[in-house]
Amino acid sequence: MSTPSQGQLSRDEVAHLARLARLAVTDEELVLFAGQLAAVLDAVAQVGKAGVEDVPPTTHAVPMTNVMREDVVRPSLPRETVLAGAPAAEDDRFRVPRILQEEA
Amino acid sequence: MSTDTLVDYDQVLTRYEPVIGLETHVELGTASKMFCGCSTTFGAEPNTQTCPVCLGLPGSLPVANAMAIESTIRIGLALGCRIATWSRFARKNYFYPDIPKGFQTTQYDEPLCTAGHLDVEVDGETYRVEIERVHLEEDTGKNLHVGGATGRIHGADHSLIDYNRAGIPLVEIVTRPIPGAGAKAPEVAKAYVTELREILLALGVSEVRMEQGNLRCDVNTSLAPIGSLEWGTRTETKNVNSLRSVERAVRFEMRRQAALLDEGTRILQETRHFHEDTGTTSPGRSKEEATDYRYFPEPDLVPVAPDEEWVAKLAAMLPELPAARRSRLSDEWGITPTEMAWLVNAGAVELVSDTVAAGASPSDARKWWLGELARRANDAGTDLSDLAVTPAQVAELIGLISAGTINDQLARQALDGVLAGEGGPAAVVEARGLAVMGDSDELVAAVDAAIEANPDVAEKVRGGKVQAIGALVGAVMKTTRGKADAATVKRMLEERLTAS
Amino acid sequence: MSTSFTSMTVSELQAALADGATSADVTRTYLDRIEAEDGVLGAYLHVDPEAALERAAAVDASGKAGTGLAGIPVALKDVVVTEGIPTTSGSRILEGWKPPYDATVAARLAAAGTVLLGKTNMDEFAMGSSTENSAYGVTRNPWNPERIPGGSSGGSSAAVAGGLAPWAIGTDTGGSIRQPAALTGLVGHKPTYGSVSRYGLIAFSSSLDQAGPMARTVLDAALLHEAIGGHDPLDSTSIDVPVPVLAECARRGAEGDLSGLKVGVVRELGGQGHTDGYEQGVLDRFTEAVALLESMGAEVREVSCPAFDLALPAYYLIAPSEASSNLSRFDGVRYGLRVGDDGNHDLDEVMALTREQGFGAEVKRRIILGTYALSSGYYEAYYGQAQKVRTLISRDFSAAYADVDVLVSPTTPTVAFPLGSRVDDPVAMYAADLCTLPASLAGVPAISVPCGLSDGLPVGFQVMAPALADERCYQVAAALEAAQDAARGSRFLDQLPRRDAEPVGGAA
Repeated sequence: MSTPSQGQLSRDEVAHLARLARLAVTDEELVLFAGQLAAVLDAVAQVGKAGVEDVPPTTHAVPMTNVMREDVVRPSLPRETVLAGAPAAEDDRFRVPRILQEEA
Repeated sequence: MSTDTLVDYDQVLTRYEPVIGLETHVELGTASKMFCGCSTTFGAEPNTQTCPVCLGLPGSLPVANAMAIESTIRIGLALGCRIATWSRFARKNYFYPDIPKGFQTTQYDEPLCTAGHLDVEVDGETYRVEIERVHLEEDTGKNLHVGGATGRIHGADHSLIDYNRAGIPLVEIVTRPIPGAGAKAPEVAKAYVTELREILLALGVSEVRMEQGNLRCDVNTSLAPIGSLEWGTRTETKNVNSLRSVERAVRFEMRRQAALLDEGTRILQETRHFHEDTGTTSPGRSKEEATDYRYFPEPDLVPVAPDEEWVAKLAAMLPELPAARRSRLSDEWGITPTEMAWLVNAGAVELVSDTVAAGASPSDARKWWLGELARRANDAGTDLSDLAVTPAQVAELIGLISAGTINDQLARQALDGVLAGEGGPAAVVEARGLAVMGDSDELVAAVDAAIEANPDVAEKVRGGKVQAIGALVGAVMKTTRGKADAATVKRMLEERLTAS
Repeated sequence: MSTSFTSMTVSELQAALADGATSADVTRTYLDRIEAEDGVLGAYLHVDPEAALERAAAVDASGKAGTGLAGIPVALKDVVVTEGIPTTSGSRILEGWKPPYDATVAARLAAAGTVLLGKTNMDEFAMGSSTENSAYGVTRNPWNPERIPGGSSGGSSAAVAGGLAPWAIGTDTGGSIRQPAALTGLVGHKPTYGSVSRYGLIAFSSSLDQAGPMARTVLDAALLHEAIGGHDPLDSTSIDVPVPVLAECARRGAEGDLSGLKVGVVRELGGQGHTDGYEQGVLDRFTEAVALLESMGAEVREVSCPAFDLALPAYYLIAPSEASSNLSRFDGVRYGLRVGDDGNHDLDEVMALTREQGFGAEVKRRIILGTYALSSGYYEAYYGQAQKVRTLISRDFSAAYADVDVLVSPTTPTVAFPLGSRVDDPVAMYAADLCTLPASLAGVPAISVPCGLSDGLPVGFQVMAPALADERCYQVAAALEAAQDAARGSRFLDQLPRRDAEPVGGAA
């Protein structure tokens, strides 16, 4: 495994990541974040130094398997409650502005 | 709509070899959702089957449905898959309003089942479809597009979302690419989905109602010049939602791609949509930049590690699978594979089997389900299995015919009564007075009346013109409104007219 | 009498309630103090005095006040979802959201008869070490209002230390209970991962988040932990073991006999060759505390855990990665803020505008960092590698616990730093978590208990134990607390002036 190049996060990359993450960042933020993230990346890239050959990743600190629930129906929330927090609702559904992208 | 140039289907095959592949999504028939206790009942009022978990409310956490996991393993076993000893859920991160968490919980590089196969038969030839993986995920909510033409996303003013479907367990079954089907590629695709549906029904894991979206197919199609060592660029046609459409979509894509290749245009690797009305496909809107789903193991769920004992228990509980069952029934019923294929296509295998089990002969059972009952279903525009008559009632009807209580014509009237909800066949025959007349006084009177009413015909018969007796038989049948047995009537007439 | 409620421990409040005081009296006293002091401290985001008093009166009417936790007021970090009560996680994006359900922790505390005082301030989505990242303003340290109260559970730490709550729930992802507890002179415990339900905690980093107690004494912390702990079928990562017996261990620990206990001092956390960034006052207090443990019979040795050096980089990859995904649900579709829905923007734009305006700078930085670390081509080098480093850290713990019963270190390298001093330097801010991160990454329990003052500000002593051996943390912490209290002749927090009288500090 190669150590990632350090401090190489360009403004364009930050802009791309912001788009992926649906953040309409401002130009000032782009500059600020690119600089700050370069410093952070420098720091975190140290993980690349670790000798981890044959080391399995830890995803759960306390290992468990096969945690399941029985297939039993439980009450749902009342619809008024469900829609109460919605920024916009119409015809008992959540309303959103027009969608340009087709689903993934 | 589409203005694509198309090549004649037969022409396509003279120059190109198709490779197809299918990704099939099956909504499982569990009572509750994949990660919460909300009901999965189809057709409920919008947003009435939701809770903090399937709405993705802050702080909520998923807990996996044991039945969904077992159903997935059973599907894998039925498809001859290797069942993973270690499997995990992963997050597929993307933004879309029908996914409540900003990611879909699915499986990525550690699916529950891998490396299976399904043999399908087309025109007497067997094709082996290799299964790459079977994995478990959650369904999305439903978007309703408002303000545009025909409810499509394009041109809509805004959209409305119902999360009742969000979180329903969804099994995805992915084939490996299927080469070598040639001209039969569209039919192989359809036969695969048909057979898969039969298996899912036999397993009882899903109702597999395609019209309710229980089963949805994405169909991959590519063409390569005959003799080429490399496969062509594939398109992925999304949401092909009927068996017939699977075949049509492949056929259309083959014809469309051939036209492009003929003129030297490269095929774009793209997502396309199938249109039921025209049988065509059209490109999806291409995204401005490549999507990066940033998969990673779902930290809110723990791994699923099916041990041998668990898998063996599930394997032992598998029902007889459709192919084996068809083969056994063909032998038992003495019918050819082609005749069995008719039953399969009509959706009548189970019905005939149940009818036979209720005492009818296989040939009578087949005759009724493929004949009169198929006609009724067709007239009513329903599936055979939705007719208001049970296999046991059909067997009873057949029994009444065999016993001579009724004839075929009366049986059809009895069936009218059964379908109208008047009761079982025997009860309808009784209530409507449909029983065949025996050698009864009423029949004797009818025979005598016919002779009396047609003295000239009677005289001809007496004079040796035996064939004239048919007119008298007809007269008796008419006055008895079909309830008499024609052979009996003929015998009685002969006794009277030749004895004197 | 009523003025002293705010400087009592919960054990003392229990006795007072059993002795005839009413929950309404106790609750009103706290509400009055919140009214008087919170303008300066900024510990609370939401207080509903009427609801609290109504609840207290109901508990009084039930006759249960004084039994168990019934009638005892409590504050919840605003990351804990509470039905019908505003829950923001310190973020503008959730402003005004009233959840339709209760977190398991909240439900258990309600079932125990506690009285909710309010929801406490925090770094937005628990991302921070100073509570300066809240969308709703900073929280100040009761010891010195020009200093930070720690974070992200800084509202809880300021409330409990400042006498605005007898105790509080915090959450800890990389140190967010222990670090603010240390910087405000409290006891704070991060339980074994999976031993307290995460259901209803607004997720920051799912594989690390744990809720736990923040209290004035070790015994109080143990009582609160017992009330919220135990298996929860709504959390798949919840461990199905009985609720631990902790208060008993705390009482036993306070007897001061540690003979036979093997204590490992982690070299990588402030030991020789690893003192960069540590204040001398912190190291001195720590060394004195270790000596105190030894004087009580503990067998102390130095232990090396080399992989701990990589805890900080591993944490700052794992937590932002998981956070980038956990925070994707805040898209303005189902709840919370929506920006730009004026007919001129499509949904994607509305989502991006909502998230841009709804999230603060630190949250955005971490989302971008996490998005990067998970993206194809970088996953293995960043997220994948960090998860492997996590394994190395767990192995270091296992190896150490083969030789010792508990590991100890300073809780933080420094005492509370001045407000504003690190906000523009994320890397410096992240260093505040240096000592708390290893236990977070390994999922093991760790407690912070006060061990003295440096420059007039509290220093925390961290005790880490093997998974599911939380009682050892309480036992050792209680021994240290008792020995120090005995030597001082008063409780640690009694050094903090005016806890039941005039407003703290004078700063605006």
